Amino acid sequence: MPFQSVKFYQTGTFTVGNRLLAPQERSVQSNMRRTNSLNSGHRACQGCGEALGARYAIDAAMDATGNRLIAANATGCLEVFSTPYPETSWQIPWIHSLFGNAAAVATGIAAALRVKGRSDTRVIAQGGDGGTTDIGFGCLSGMFERNDDVLYVCYDNEAYMNTGVQRSSATPPAARTATTAAVGPEPGNVFGQGKDLPRIAMAHGIPYVATATVAELRDLEAKVCRAMEIRGARYIHVFVPCPLGWGHASEDTIRISRLAKETGLFPVFEAEHGEVTSVSKIRRKLPVEDYLRPQRRYAHLFGTPPRTEVVARIQAIADRNVKRYGLVDE
Amino acid sequence: MLKQIEGSRAVAAAVALCRPEVICAYPISPQTHIVEALGEAVKAGGLPHCEFINVESEFAAMSVAIGASAAGARAYTATASQGLLFMAEAVYNASGLGLPIVMTVANRAIGAPINIWNDHTDAMSQRDCGWIQLFAETNQEALDLHIQAFRLGEELSLPVMVCMDGFILTHAYERVDLPTQAQVDAWLPPFEPRQVLDPAEPVSIGAMVGPEAFMEVRYLAHAKQMRALELIPGWAEEFRRAFGRDTGGLTHTYRTEDAEVIVVALGSVLGTIKDTVDAMREGGTKIGVLGITCFRPWPSAAVRAALAGARRVVVLEKSLAVGLGGIVSSSVRISYPGSPAAVHTVIAGLGGRAITREALARVFAEAFAGTLPPLTFLDLDRALVERALAREREQRRSGPIAENILRDLGTVASRAG
Repeated sequence: MPFQSVKFYQTGTFTVGNRLLAPQERSVQSNMRRTNSLNSGHRACQGCGEALGARYAIDAAMDATGNRLIAANATGCLEVFSTPYPETSWQIPWIHSLFGNAAAVATGIAAALRVKGRSDTRVIAQGGDGGTTDIGFGCLSGMFERNDDVLYVCYDNEAYMNTGVQRSSATPPAARTATTAAVGPEPGNVFGQGKDLPRIAMAHGIPYVATATVAELRDLEAKVCRAMEIRGARYIHVFVPCPLGWGHASEDTIRISRLAKETGLFPVFEAEHGEVTSVSKIRRKLPVEDYLRPQRRYAHLFGTPPRTEVVARIQAIADRNVKRYGLVDE
Repeated sequence: MLKQIEGSRAVAAAVALCRPEVICAYPISPQTHIVEALGEAVKAGGLPHCEFINVESEFAAMSVAIGASAAGARAYTATASQGLLFMAEAVYNASGLGLPIVMTVANRAIGAPINIWNDHTDAMSQRDCGWIQLFAETNQEALDLHIQAFRLGEELSLPVMVCMDGFILTHAYERVDLPTQAQVDAWLPPFEPRQVLDPAEPVSIGAMVGPEAFMEVRYLAHAKQMRALELIPGWAEEFRRAFGRDTGGLTHTYRTEDAEVIVVALGSVLGTIKDTVDAMREGGTKIGVLGITCFRPWPSAAVRAALAGARRVVVLEKSLAVGLGGIVSSSVRISYPGSPAAVHTVIAGLGGRAITREALARVFAEAFAGTLPPLTFLDLDRALVERALAREREQRRSGPIAENILRDLGTVASRAG
């Protein structure tokens, strides 16, 4: 009988089936002893990328730390949907203080643990893109600069979703939000230079920076585990679609995430001490239109007449990412 | 141990004796010497079980203190003026979460116009934030109040703000009696938090609370402050027995027994007021002083009792409620058993303007004569104000107010008097 190699992905996806892997390589979520740290019953919308990302990230962090983990949470969707008290979803010690101070609160927790000789307990701070790239940016940069022993996870859904889809500094060009309406001669968000948080984090020279999407959850878990092997300031930026804010079907969260990566719009990589150390290659590069079309926030680009020049500008952003990070093997 | 040291150094020494575990520091005058001294102590190994964190803003300073306190560490920071306003959101959050952080506020004016000198506008802006607010009259009292603050805050799970006049106290070299470590250890037990972030017993802290319970949570904060009113006098007595000094408590009276006029004030200006009162007493004038040590919670019963015999009350305030007048006097009016009209507000010392005995003697004499208006601005330069008002009447584009006034005034640099 001829030898046939096992394909570690299923048709149409790149998901590695757990049953095909050695036990130690299987995902944390496949483990019966997973902690369900963000437990079921919370109030996230159907198809919420943030809930999915947080569940995998925190359970992976719990697994990596022997269940000794404390989380500080910025105000935002994740905070609101997880704690309509007394129905908290958190099975771990968890604190929410304010919108803009999660990184600093985490610094305080880490300092307290150190002074009490409990450094085996680790600290995660988490927030959305608004709490990270805008209002919490000062505290985050301070935490990076001091190299405090905190892993900060940003769940980036590219706008202020909790307050009703307003623009943040992570909102991409042309995207419609409640404060960048799809009206006028240049509908949607402006073409600015953007605020590339992973690269800003890298510029601080911190030990570990990574990006991930909820399309590759095993990759997210691996990056959280890697981050937990390191002491000092670490940053993981997770791409999390928001069906409500982006206007896509709730069952398309994973597909949209994959398209963001496969078009080159969201580069997936790791960096240590300011240098890129690994890049998740694009298997088959797709045009950005494939990513934009399913989302109503970009609907104004595909009306009559279509705004092909705007799509071309977005394509140029993707192409630049591909070149910058070497996302496609020549 | 008696020492001749700067007020800031005395406070730093007191804080160090309280065995703080996390100190977060951000520089702002006139508080800076306190955290400098503590930073030096930590770096030199004098506080082995303490983390000293240089943060990037006052907002971060309070946020780091929140995290540290929630994780069970005794947390301390210090600020002033703009710094207190910049951290205001976190100041409210610390009290809302019931975290017993202790913070020194080296009282300073709030801009604009920017001004680094002393008044009480910063602390008064946070009077309803849910923190206990104590005001020190002397450096000795500032030192002692910090030791009391940790115990008070941790007993009630409430944060405590110790207010001391910027420069007047923080930068003054005075003799203070510094207690021993053994004395402080005997008085201040280790921090036993009511709530703590601990993987062995996971809790969620800071969950959303809706209309169904928000009132109750806020009421409990009020009830705790009312409880503080009951505890503070007893603890001041206990402190007196342990340390031999009559510091702390809710209020202090001075020569009020038969006083017809009582002057109410907070902080270091009480010294000047007492000197003025002594001189007037020598002339047979029946005048006394009520010093407010604990401003929040407001010691209404103690104030009422102290003022019961007074015909008139003069409240000397180092802050201005713009559009109203006095902040402290508003509280005094509800506690004074006599007519509210007999409570006079004197706004004094804003932005470091010197409060002289001559000026005080003048307004106190007016109070006796019945000619003191309801609201007085001590030593206000009326001519200067009239010129500015005239300019605004005459010119639409009259220009920046403060800069115009300084030009009118001429080169006097930062004349304090």
